Amino acid sequence: MDKHDFVIRFAGEGGQGLVTSADALARAAAHAGYYVQTHSTFPSQIMGGPASSQVRISTTPVLSSGDGVDVLVALNQYAYDHHNEDLNPGGVTVYNAEEYDLPEGGKYFGIKADELAKSTGNARAANMVTIGAVAYLIDFKLEEIDVFITQRFTRGRPGDDEIIEANIKAVRLGVDVAKSTGFTVGQLQPAVAPDYQQIIITGNAALSMGAVAAGLNFYAGYPISPATTVLVWMENNLWGEGRFVHQVASEIEAINAILGAGFAGKKAMTATAGPGFSLMSEGLGLAWMAEIPLVVANVQRGGPATGLPTKSEQSDLYTCMHPAHGDIKMPVLAPGTIEECFYAGALATNWAERYQGPVILISEFGLAERGENIRRPDLSEISTESRTAVSEGDTGKRYDSWDGSTPLPGMPIPGGSGAYVANGSEHDEIGDTTHLPRHHVRLMERRFKKLGLLDGAHYEIENADADCIIMPWGSSKGPAREAYDRLREQGENVGWLYSVALNPLPEEVKTVLKSGKKIIVPELNYLGQWSSLLRMEGYNAESITQYTGLPFRPAGLVARIGELIGAGVTA
Amino acid sequence: MSKRNPEYDFAWCPGCGDFGVRRALQVALEAYSAEHEELQANNVVVAGIGCSGNMVHLVEGDQPFGIHGIHGRTLPIAFGVKQGNPKLNTVIVAGDGDFLSIGGEHLGPAANRNVNVTAVVMDNGVYGLTKGQSSPTTEFGKVTTSTPFGKIENPVSTLKLYMSIGVTYIASYYSSKPRVLATLIQEAMNHEGFSIVHVQSPCTTYNDTYDILKGNAKQGIKGVAFDIPEDHDPTSAEDANDLLSRPGVPLGVIFKKEGKTLQDRYEDLQAKAPKRTNDQLLDSYLLR
Repeated sequence: MDKHDFVIRFAGEGGQGLVTSADALARAAAHAGYYVQTHSTFPSQIMGGPASSQVRISTTPVLSSGDGVDVLVALNQYAYDHHNEDLNPGGVTVYNAEEYDLPEGGKYFGIKADELAKSTGNARAANMVTIGAVAYLIDFKLEEIDVFITQRFTRGRPGDDEIIEANIKAVRLGVDVAKSTGFTVGQLQPAVAPDYQQIIITGNAALSMGAVAAGLNFYAGYPISPATTVLVWMENNLWGEGRFVHQVASEIEAINAILGAGFAGKKAMTATAGPGFSLMSEGLGLAWMAEIPLVVANVQRGGPATGLPTKSEQSDLYTCMHPAHGDIKMPVLAPGTIEECFYAGALATNWAERYQGPVILISEFGLAERGENIRRPDLSEISTESRTAVSEGDTGKRYDSWDGSTPLPGMPIPGGSGAYVANGSEHDEIGDTTHLPRHHVRLMERRFKKLGLLDGAHYEIENADADCIIMPWGSSKGPAREAYDRLREQGENVGWLYSVALNPLPEEVKTVLKSGKKIIVPELNYLGQWSSLLRMEGYNAESITQYTGLPFRPAGLVARIGELIGAGVTA
Repeated sequence: MSKRNPEYDFAWCPGCGDFGVRRALQVALEAYSAEHEELQANNVVVAGIGCSGNMVHLVEGDQPFGIHGIHGRTLPIAFGVKQGNPKLNTVIVAGDGDFLSIGGEHLGPAANRNVNVTAVVMDNGVYGLTKGQSSPTTEFGKVTTSTPFGKIENPVSTLKLYMSIGVTYIASYYSSKPRVLATLIQEAMNHEGFSIVHVQSPCTTYNDTYDILKGNAKQGIKGVAFDIPEDHDPTSAEDANDLLSRPGVPLGVIFKKEGKTLQDRYEDLQAKAPKRTNDQLLDSYLLR
């Protein structure tokens, strides 16, 4: 049976090379012209513990991690027991026969990957044996895997050739085992390679790259899952004239360091997750009050408290929008795909400069380490905005009143003219503390008025005249879009609304919301945070929530949306 | 109110030590700027929260830039300012509560980095702005509004703490002689590395320690402040530790050590680290 889409999952224990296997298959498939998306789940420990890593391979762009699994590679009994139920009808399991056995007669077969790898003379080629078996099952071209192996192991070292040869042989041994069982899960349709250059990148790398493309030049951070890889990326790459990167002693240090740097003229950023974001509350309030440009990326995990450090949840929206005491509503950008992570990283950096204040970039575990092949961004299309400068002799004051009818007054930079005090207490025009009502009133209005400067984020509107409109946010976009497409195919009259900017919302998106149509928000939290924020604005929104620590599955969403709109749909 | 801004609605109590420190800071900033032929705008004053933090609004004459931030975070903010633009002369003004209690966690990292900023710490042994609570330097047993039956914590040994964590310039003084204090602050600004000028700056309302510091002959009180002996070698850690083992408040430079600053170390790395253009970075992800 011809299929355009397969999900292959490697399940076992952390440290067994699960991510390596899924990544190898993803890269081979991407190289062959397919669209791929990886997804991993693992416990918060260095080695061991139940873990899995999967890749979805498709002839069309991959929107989500899919519904079920077509090929399950189960490296231990526990993995088989816990992932078997995710197998699609027609799916096949490859189990690790060196570890355990399954009774005869099921849709599975055992493989002794270690033993077979040893016979090639390279014991480390075991994952290639398994990949060979998987490739046979989905009828994936072996030559593409050979190309991948040759590229990966051509490292200019003596012995490269032997390693390549052993790995290619290992793949064939895996193929032979699978072939002898007579199983197959279908034939992967040939790929139509996109005619543009592609990169394969994770969400955290993409948002880092995007921020740097817009001129980010100062980063301070502290390790925390799942944001650590942003710090590691910056420590490796944010070098060169005028740039500074440093791991500091806490999230409190991080937010205050970027405050100081933003004040001193830098385009500064930090990235963290829920617990660290909580520690940054007071600093974010200062940035809002004193109007200091900076970007904080909150790569969400499950909460509250330490919560679920390595699981997917979208439960920090309230805290991102209103992170601190007092009247505050932060600009929030929430990318939903890897490509959007890149552009949101760039836009967040530009927004901070444009409105002279803090911007929250909200990502999530489901995007952070997920690999995807995307169009290589054209850097010449990325604008790099800088805060309005203060010219010599400019008589404007930093905290003049501003009603939005003129360009925002410039921001003086230390060393230049226009000395002022960036003050977290309410202040007068030059930043001196004041308690006079007129200053609190005029600056409160200025701070909120500035949000009106923030536009240019990606949004999508389709079939807005439908009675019900699906409006996911963040990474729930992918599964929600698959569900929407299936519902439309079944003739259901549903619409689609999506915005990377959650605050401020683009006018066009607001127009749809104001129409009073029922807005259905699939989101990964208990409280239905986005729909309740929409209701607060008077919009007719209702959530479909999930709080399992796992992403939505499109089939589940089709069923739940169907229930809400009273349609007799099939998943 | 201040001379330059009559509308500014904050004032210290009469006799507050912070007046003297403000005078000293102003003189030091002007002298430093003149010495380096820099504009006053090249100075950044990072203020903590409390009576002392208001100093950033009260400096007269040509204005430095300032940040009046949040309680306890002067060190990380100053770190960001300095590493954001290493040419800026970055000076912290904070009280003992701000710097040593809520902000105490930042001292160690700042010393480890040897970040090139100067902290002028005004120690009055009390939380003044909130009306007289016990602070980290309040003496044991002292009755304050938050220790109505006496304080049951030991006070922090400030100078020994600075010495033990590796602060590379440590001076101690009081607020009563602004001209002398100004020379210490200027020297600290000129020091390449993390410098602290710890100033006894009495609170005349809640903890008036002028007599304890300077003595009062009429009442037969002998002051605890003492001039540092002329043979003290501030470049010697041994001398510094000996000095700090004496009771009382030493007046002058206790310790001074030359060495690489964070910026120096960063520039060493900068020379080694790969410098790739954005296009080169992006190309490292190309699907080949």
